[in-house]
Amino acid sequence: MTGHRSSEAIAAAFADGPAFVPYLAVGDPDYESSQAYVEALAAGGADVIELGLPFSEPIAEGPTIQNAVVRALEAGMTPTRFFEFVADLDVDVPLVCMTYYNLIYQYGDEQGPRPFVERAAEVGISGFVVPDLPAEEAGPLREACDEFGLDLVSIVAPTTGAERLKKLVDVSSGYLYVQARLGVTGASSSVSDQTGESLARLADVDLPKAVGFGISSGEQAATVVEAGADGVIVGSALVDIVAEGHANDEPTEAVADRLETKARELKQGALEGYGRRTPAPEGTSD
Amino acid sequence: MSSEGERSETSDRAGSDATRENGGGGGERVSAGDGKFGRYGGQYVPEALMPAIEELTDAYERYVLNNEDGFVDEFRRRLRDFGGRPTPLQRADRLSERYDTEVYLKREDLLHGGAHKLNNALGQVLLAKYMGKERIIAETGAGQHGTATAMAAAHLGMPCEVYMGERDINRQRPNVFRMKINGSEVTPVTTGRGTLKEAISETMRDWATNVEDTHYVIGSVVGPHPFPQMVRDFQAVISEEAREQVIDQTGGLPDSVVACAGGGSNTMGAFHNFVGDDGVDLLAVEAGGSSLAVDEETGVAPNSASLSTGSEGVLHGARTKLLQDHDGQIVESHSVSSGLDYAGVGPELAHLVDEDRVTPVNVADDAAIEGFHRLSQEEGIIPALETAHAFGYLHEHHDEVGDVTIVNVSGRGDKDLDTAIEETAQRDIPNAPDMSMFEGGLR
Repeated sequence: MTGHRSSEAIAAAFADGPAFVPYLAVGDPDYESSQAYVEALAAGGADVIELGLPFSEPIAEGPTIQNAVVRALEAGMTPTRFFEFVADLDVDVPLVCMTYYNLIYQYGDEQGPRPFVERAAEVGISGFVVPDLPAEEAGPLREACDEFGLDLVSIVAPTTGAERLKKLVDVSSGYLYVQARLGVTGASSSVSDQTGESLARLADVDLPKAVGFGISSGEQAATVVEAGADGVIVGSALVDIVAEGHANDEPTEAVADRLETKARELKQGALEGYGRRTPAPEGTSD
Repeated sequence: MSSEGERSETSDRAGSDATRENGGGGGERVSAGDGKFGRYGGQYVPEALMPAIEELTDAYERYVLNNEDGFVDEFRRRLRDFGGRPTPLQRADRLSERYDTEVYLKREDLLHGGAHKLNNALGQVLLAKYMGKERIIAETGAGQHGTATAMAAAHLGMPCEVYMGERDINRQRPNVFRMKINGSEVTPVTTGRGTLKEAISETMRDWATNVEDTHYVIGSVVGPHPFPQMVRDFQAVISEEAREQVIDQTGGLPDSVVACAGGGSNTMGAFHNFVGDDGVDLLAVEAGGSSLAVDEETGVAPNSASLSTGSEGVLHGARTKLLQDHDGQIVESHSVSSGLDYAGVGPELAHLVDEDRVTPVNVADDAAIEGFHRLSQEEGIIPALETAHAFGYLHEHHDEVGDVTIVNVSGRGDKDLDTAIEETAQRDIPNAPDMSMFEGGLR
């Protein structure tokens, strides 16, 4: 382990079999629907949920999530509303806040990450993913997370070499977000070949590895877990369902039902992939 | 006027954030340092880009700071032969008389391409070539950086794609055409308001996708380390020449240097070699737009004055001064000049302002347009609307710039003629020529 004070909830979520980790942009397309959608994902088998707090300049996101962020901001989502949203949620899975550093840095009366982390802990957030915060700049947020017992999840890219990986692991806790391919977020029709290589490089790291970027079907989830992932992260494929429902003016319940069905498919895929794994002796890097 | 040679002890430190290390072999090697300017700077980018940024930092150290393989010599030669350096420092006779102050113009508008932007674009495209990169991408606001990058890429035989906000494409058609005839692809960015901020985000996304063979030529002293420092180094040739030229022509240093500030590349270029000269006032002229206040209801800042009115935050890879709301969401900026229309500013400028070494000032759209007409009428130089802000300031504050001032003419205004005609027609500009002939489609 990395020696950081961590959220026990996240560790527990990865303890038994593969974790299904869905993402939604909070407040997309509006506060109430978004709550129903997050709850639908929990009902569909989510083990951890990544909640996107919209930032006006989401440089790591592809068009799907970028558009979701715009919808949520236009509907009035703010960090203060985000915390209310989380406090109001009726779900029993650990929640991770995914956002950009400027929002974390600006929250509260004093600049710096501590007030944001403190408030996140109060409403029941278990950890953070911050795409524009590499290990080099993560110190202050890591310190605040340690103070309040929250996890800081780092993203490992296909370009991350051995030396950088050490730096990353050093500031990380909870799980590693393994980026399946280069680029920005977005659903894709095939799983990148880079996934297997990335997982092999991480075999010795004593943190769960959840693979994201481009996973959109149960079969893809199965493939990724079979390749050794401890979890699958799915964002754009779910956000697409929200976007479609919004565009067609569908009732919230109908969209929530489809999200729950999709969540079941993805969770089931992850479990099947786990079942297909060749049992390997403990400690091998297969 | 300040006397020559009285440089403060901070000169060398301020002159470069690079540090000298004893390599053990007798020779000193210059390292790029940590990219922090006081509390500003840093590297806030997705992990996927960090290896590329490390690679770039290494290349910057080797080639730019330590002249490995003669990079600096080649860069200087190309700046001279292709770029047309040195640019003149010209005494502006009529403005000097009007203001009863010696006004000197650093003529970056005479650089190839018509703006200071070529200094940086040529430096970075050449560096990308030394690094073995195969593709160039860039973002552009007014189109000057895109044009300079397209020219440098054509000159050095590199394929180039330029991202540009849709709104800016419509404001800057001549530059779009110039990029395309130089063989670059121009990709419209439709997100947000379709200006520079969105174009930068989009270019970062391309870079994150194609990072292994692509170099991102950032157009100003912004972004993650080493960009702010490296772009400043490429632009510092402006003040290097200006300092020598002013001493040569007047026998001493100027009392002030005035430069317009958007992201801040011509500003840092014009200031850099004067930072250690405590007697020289450095005035960064921002776009005051139509008002300095932020419209709370719409979340729009009708200005681009991040040094004057912004607050500390993190955007596009660096901690710096930003136009943002209470929550940290970036607000839309505004300027009549698309080159200044950006919600952030270079971290080194933010630091120099905090240190009271640079004074941020600003000029409203109207005054900038007056400046545009005045320089055209009185000196026969049609300035870029960015540059016109500096002349707007000079007009309003000529009593405060001392006996000798240098104004950096960052670029020429050919690209802005359409905008200038439109914006002039919408206002009551006292020194504007009669524009009525333009009604009926002459534009």
